[in-house]
Amino acid sequence: MSTVRVYVTLKPSLLDSAGRTVTDSLQKLGFDEVKDARIGKVIEMVVDPYDEARVREMGERLLANPVIENFRIEVAG
Amino acid sequence: MKVAVVRFPGANCDQDALWSLRDDLCLSAEYVWHEDTSLAGFDAVILPGGFTYGDYLRCGAIAARAPIMAEVARFALEGRFVIGVCNGFQVLCEAGLLPGALLLNQNQKFLCQDVYLRAENRTSPWTEGVDHILRIPIAHGEGRYVCDDLTLARLASEDRIAFRYVDAEGRQTEESNPNGSVDSIAGVLNDAGNVLGMMPHPERATRKLLGSDDGRQILAALCRVTV
Repeated sequence: MSTVRVYVTLKPSLLDSAGRTVTDSLQKLGFDEVKDARIGKVIEMVVDPYDEARVREMGERLLANPVIENFRIEVAG
Repeated sequence: MKVAVVRFPGANCDQDALWSLRDDLCLSAEYVWHEDTSLAGFDAVILPGGFTYGDYLRCGAIAARAPIMAEVARFALEGRFVIGVCNGFQVLCEAGLLPGALLLNQNQKFLCQDVYLRAENRTSPWTEGVDHILRIPIAHGEGRYVCDDLTLARLASEDRIAFRYVDAEGRQTEESNPNGSVDSIAGVLNDAGNVLGMMPHPERATRKLLGSDDGRQILAALCRVTV
């Protein structure tokens, strides 16, 4: 049994309007050092057995949209 | 002509679509459930707006993988008419039947307002004869159309940009682009021109009483088909 996390992020070339709102809000709280914030999502799954190729296929077929997003896989344990 | 109105859990424009087609365009229209696997007996498909599957993961992502969508893809490939409105547009993009994707509006607001549209393509079945500026409502939070530069150039060169957001005089300006869509794109066509996806709601503009009947010019494509 493995816990796998798939991190999905918007491609850097695309405007993340929700992330920009977070940037603005952090700056208003005085966190001036924040120059940019981008929001992604993490999908944590328990799989048994763990097969990296199959998790990659999940990312390609459903978890991320290749037109707008990138993803990476992390095995948590 | 019989039109299938696909019902996904969380769709909320299915009744608008069904009744505008029946009452205002005098077409035969029936619901088809998302778990159905056949479109036998139908001549066209509309994927209505809404928030299918709660728009979990991404807008339209889960709906695009529903059982009926394999049949919609086959239908599209055969050159039959498919239109996706709002969430239906998002579903068509997620299903790979149209290029690009729809992201959160640039101003992060849910927009519920009338917009003006200019038909760029005038030869597809959906846009043929649309020669004046249309006034049609939008109602979406995630309608910012994006695609890569290569796709954008292809859409333009292949005359597949169905509609652009413009002002009342038909000018494409920054102010007339409500959601920050690339190149003010409001709707696109597939390469054969039989599949249309658009964020504005033509089914909400099919009689004067509703404020505009300009949507009829788009949906009238369904009346022109000879079966």
